[in-house]
Amino acid sequence: MDQRATFSNLWLAGALIAPQLLLVFLFFYWPASQAVYWAFTTQPPFGGTNDWVGFQNFQQIFTDRVYWNSVVVSIIFAFFSTSLSIGMALLFALFVDRQLKGYKAYRFIYFWPYAIAAPAVGLAFRFIFAPDAGFVSAINTISPNLWNPAFNGTDAMILIVLANSWKMMAYNFIFFLAGLQAIPRALIEAAAMDGSSVLRRARDIQLPLLAPTLFFLLVINITETFVDSFGIVDITTGGGPARATDLMVYKIYSDGFKGLDYSMAAAQSIVLMGLVIGLTFIQFRYVEKRIHYK
Amino acid sequence: MIERTPILNAVTHGLMLIGLVLAALPIYIVFVASTHDLHAVNQVPMSLYPGTHMVENYSKVWEKSQFGDKMLNSLIVAVGVTVGKVLIAAISAYSIVFFRYRMRMVFFWLIFVTLMLPLEVRIVPTYAVASNLLDPFQTILGWTGLGLKLPEVNLLNTYTGLILPLVATATGTFLYRQFFLTIPNELVEAAKMDGAGPLRFFWEILLPLSRTNMAALATIMFVYAWNQYLWPLLITTDQSKATATMMLQKIVPGPLFGQPPIWNEAMAATLLVMVPPLLVVIFMQGYFVRGLIATDK
Repeated sequence: MDQRATFSNLWLAGALIAPQLLLVFLFFYWPASQAVYWAFTTQPPFGGTNDWVGFQNFQQIFTDRVYWNSVVVSIIFAFFSTSLSIGMALLFALFVDRQLKGYKAYRFIYFWPYAIAAPAVGLAFRFIFAPDAGFVSAINTISPNLWNPAFNGTDAMILIVLANSWKMMAYNFIFFLAGLQAIPRALIEAAAMDGSSVLRRARDIQLPLLAPTLFFLLVINITETFVDSFGIVDITTGGGPARATDLMVYKIYSDGFKGLDYSMAAAQSIVLMGLVIGLTFIQFRYVEKRIHYK
Repeated sequence: MIERTPILNAVTHGLMLIGLVLAALPIYIVFVASTHDLHAVNQVPMSLYPGTHMVENYSKVWEKSQFGDKMLNSLIVAVGVTVGKVLIAAISAYSIVFFRYRMRMVFFWLIFVTLMLPLEVRIVPTYAVASNLLDPFQTILGWTGLGLKLPEVNLLNTYTGLILPLVATATGTFLYRQFFLTIPNELVEAAKMDGAGPLRFFWEILLPLSRTNMAALATIMFVYAWNQYLWPLLITTDQSKATATMMLQKIVPGPLFGQPPIWNEAMAATLLVMVPPLLVVIFMQGYFVRGLIATDK
């Protein structure tokens, strides 16, 4: 790209990029560095400048059982909602890609859920799975409180996993279908000529060729579940019952804005940032480089 | 495709149908629930035939929480973010690709890195910036020892505050850059030879060529901005600037505990929040898919 024809008006070049750089500085780099600063300091109770405390904030969160609870809860949430949404999306994409009659109609509707705001998804699922209305509570006629996400932590976790998976399934579907359509038709036709069945072709040709998409989606899904699940949790369970759905990102919010403990919230932000950076790094390192079949 | 597989075809159709139900049923249930009266909506299981109280429920929700105003606020924010993003991303990518200066790769990486950390993980300090926009500069001025006092610019409860942090990402810049790099050199040289300056080239040649990309970016940005929840929740305390998604929290009592919500009204509100981005996605289907794949990958 170095041989590109270019313009040489440097003032203009600067002026064109200035707005973006300014925004990025104000709303990205400054806050990110503030988070680092707060994470290593504490605010004195009566104001004034922050005291440098080193790793004390981190020590405090890492010895806090409530924090570890939120880590465990986040991992459970990430594991189940990622596997559920990727598994289902892959299945549906493989079937839609067979291009049987009417597949366009299905394809059209499958990605609708992704357009819906997380709190709206949350509220819809909260109704459907409500303990005293909706549909799922019908099983409570067998025995009272068989299903009650307001009191049972497992039920609450199931509820947010389903809500999140429903939304992410649509997103994953779009990517899987695009990945499948990028596989040369000739390859599949050749395999069919050799007498391989539909399922055999899916297993031996389509799935291996989908590996890059799959790994990409794995990373994106895990990141999203760690970072972007606030809307669903806030409207359905609010982190409860008894912190059973207190995800890391939700805890940052409640410590920072309800508990007003900026240093603790910042230290947790840093941990989450590290996690996200790590995941992105893995994606660049392994997914982009190693998995090439073509 | 090639062979006859009647059994597998039947299975395929069956599974696709199940998928359809999975994807569409929750939306349908929301709709049906919003048409029942309070008694019918609390039946277990609720009737899946639409009731007769649709108009009543919607007008009640619309008036009770001034939903019209909230929808308008959401629209302003979504359009603001979309326009801002489409514009700013275009000019910054233009600067990086079509001008030659030493810092441009540095700038590119500075912008690109922002893809890594979404707003949610740096939410607390971003809120601090929004409450006093010039504070970063004030602090830097403080280091230089100059006693200059900058005015306080408070973005809480303003549209600017709702919009700007959402524009400050790399999403679109990267998309444009990838596209600009495919523009043949000859086109730039021909334009230069014909006497077009950088601005004219940008406006009359590059932008018309980027139309598809702009539409794709605009579609996903609209959906992204409309669906924002945490950020508006934090920075608007004034009801006149509240957005539609925020109202969902106000419309139901505390999560799962206490009073059961008035479900028919809550579902009416949910549907109102769902519909605008859904319509955008339905009508701009191709662009949406394209934008999603091009910006995330």
